[in-house]
This record gives sequence, C-alpha cells and structure tokens, in this order.
Amino acid sequence: MKNPNLKRLRRSMMFLNAQKPSLIKDPYIYKLDSIMLDLEDAVAENQKDVARFSLYHALKTIDYRGTERVVRINGLDTPHWKEDVRVCVAGGCDSIRIPKVESAKDVHIIEEATLAAEKEFGRPEGSTLLMAAIESTKGMMNVYEICQSSERLFGVALSGGDYTKDLQTTISGTGVELAGARQQMIIAARAAGVMCFDTVFTNLDDMEGFEKEVRMIKAMGYDGKSLVNPRQIEIVHKIFTPSEKEIIYAEKVIKEIDEKKAQGIGVFTVDGKMVDIAFYPGAKRTIQLAKAAGVYEGDL
Amino acid sequence: MEIKKAAVAGTLESSDCQVTVEPGSKGVELSIESSVINQFGNQIKKTIIETLDRLEVKDAKVTVVDKGALDCTLKARVEGAVYRSNDIVSDIPWGGAVR
Repeated sequence: MKNPNLKRLRRSMMFLNAQKPSLIKDPYIYKLDSIMLDLEDAVAENQKDVARFSLYHALKTIDYRGTERVVRINGLDTPHWKEDVRVCVAGGCDSIRIPKVESAKDVHIIEEATLAAEKEFGRPEGSTLLMAAIESTKGMMNVYEICQSSERLFGVALSGGDYTKDLQTTISGTGVELAGARQQMIIAARAAGVMCFDTVFTNLDDMEGFEKEVRMIKAMGYDGKSLVNPRQIEIVHKIFTPSEKEIIYAEKVIKEIDEKKAQGIGVFTVDGKMVDIAFYPGAKRTIQLAKAAGVYEGDL
Repeated sequence: MEIKKAAVAGTLESSDCQVTVEPGSKGVELSIESSVINQFGNQIKKTIIETLDRLEVKDAKVTVVDKGALDCTLKARVEGAVYRSNDIVSDIPWGGAVR
C-alpha cells in the first residue's frame, strides 16, 4: 500500500539546524507544513556526530503537532550519510531529503539504506518517505528519471545556490538564471506525478522580491517553497492557500459540471466564463488544497 | 563505556548545555552549573545520571554547564560527549543504550 503521506499539504518547508536546541524545540508555533531538520550544510563538519544525538532525541521527544518532520541528510559523497539514515529512521522522521541527487541510482542507494534501517529499528517498511534535491546541471538533466525513481519519493526540490554555481553564474535576484531549471523541474515532476518545491530566498531585507518570487513559482505550478526564516511563512501560506473567491468559483464549477453532465451538456458558462470537463481536475485541486489548509469545510 | 579521553559536546547558547567528560577513577564525579539550578537542579542531575547509567559509564569526571536545556538536549549532549571520548561516530545503538 502506498504511504498516505505521499501527497499532503507542503506549502512551507523551513530549514532548521538540527544541532541547535533553541531552533528545534518548538518550531510548531509557526504552523509550518513541514520542518526540515538539517544535518547537512547548517552543521559544521566537526559537529556532525553530536548533531545526530540532538536530532534523535528531538524526533523521539518533541511533539511537533502534525508538522511534517523532514531531515536533510549529508550527501552520498560524504562519510556521514549512512549513520544519518539510521538515526532518521530510528528517530521516526517522516521523510528524508537527499541532497545533491544526480541520478535515479542515488535515490536507490538511500532507498536501500532506508529499508535496511526500517528493518533494523522495527519501523513499518515504506513508512519513511524520500525527497530529492537537485543541485547540479547533471541532476537537472536527469530530473525526470529521478522523479520516477522510487515509490517512496514524494517530490523534488531545487537547490538554487549550488545549481547556479554549477551553471557558472550567480543568483541575480531576477530569477533569469533559474528560469530553465524551474521550468524543467515542474514539467518532470508533474509528468511523474510527484510534488515540486522551489529553492530558498535568502535576502531577508527584500520581502517584496520574496513575495514576487513566491507568486511566480505558484503560477508555474509549484507546490511550495523552502524557507530560511519565520518571516517568510505567512507570505507563502497566503499565496498558496486558495482565496475565498477561488474556493467559491471552484465549488460552482464542480457542482455545475456534475449537474450538466447528468443533463448531457458538455460546455456551459460559470460566472460568465466558459467551462467544460477540462476544468474539473483544477477545481477539485483547489478544494483539496483549501481543505488541507483548513479553510474549507464544505461538502465537496 | 570507558571514558578514554576528554571530550566536549554542546554549546553555551540559550536552550543548550555544554557537557565535558574526562577520564576518572572514583566513580562519577558530577559538577553542574545552571541558571535554573534552584528550580531544576535535581531533575538535571537525575537525567544526567540516568543517561550515564544507560551508557554504563562507571568512572568519569562530568562537568555540565546548563543554559536552560530540555531533558532531551541534556541526554543528547551527555551521549555526544561520551561517544566522542571513544571516537565512535557510527553504528550508534539508537533506541538501545541511546534512548
């Protein structure tokens, strides 16, 4: 049976250094969809061992109140990832984010280690989900095969910092350097039926630029964004949660299509706009998203 | 576990604690400094002793500087320091001696 959490609301996913107790003790107050407890870049090389103990006890002890607990492990090019996977599974995290994924094989290696850890620690097989971060041009060229690589994989995320380095450019603030990557990733993710997440926005003095970027990735079809600061959460939730107007329209579309279908009518108008069966999945998604976000209690 | 060499885990940041373990020969010699020693001193001591017992540490000098750490952080820092003193970074008994 497929893990029911493969698809869930993941608008906001905030990085938190797993080694810092002040950050990981109560992030549920922010009402994030997911937290990303980081064993990788945020943790200094000489603190990797100690960070795992901190992570383990946080996972076992702290009630994150429904917030998804994702752990970013260290890459396959490090000596750390095997123990990282063991501690993630032993602690009972919800998902593992694999950094620097370049091929389906990379995912398979972590998938195998995850299964072994589930057996070792008596966790249900298949209970630990995976997500893959694409951080290189090679990874981007293979993104579709990565998206299809595992039944545990719920999505892919762009890591813009490393990706632009590999592309031999820098983050400009205009998004032009990431345009191709963003487009390629969302197409691959949708074709494979997995979720797709955008990279972090690190300039905390430019909240206007941040909001513009969130609106852009929402329009592109993305499911959510990686975050680095609590100030970014509200904007993401506002933009990724259907508005009242959108919900009312989606409701009308669904009800009208159901009704007209029974009457044998294929094309009609709702609020002056032409509607046919092609609008049905989009309207359903709007209602599902609104339900998951807790802003819809209707009967659809 | 034997404390083979001096090792430190944790920081002096808020909500954290810094635990230092050193080889000893007279049982566990524990020193605790905490801003909340009057309210939580006994609980802090209990958590540290229980963690050392689980790790079967018989002889050690243990110094704890607490900055308002939760029990889970105290445990993590004691374990981190003890395993460091043995240079063990893999095949940690998660859910066994570490729990």
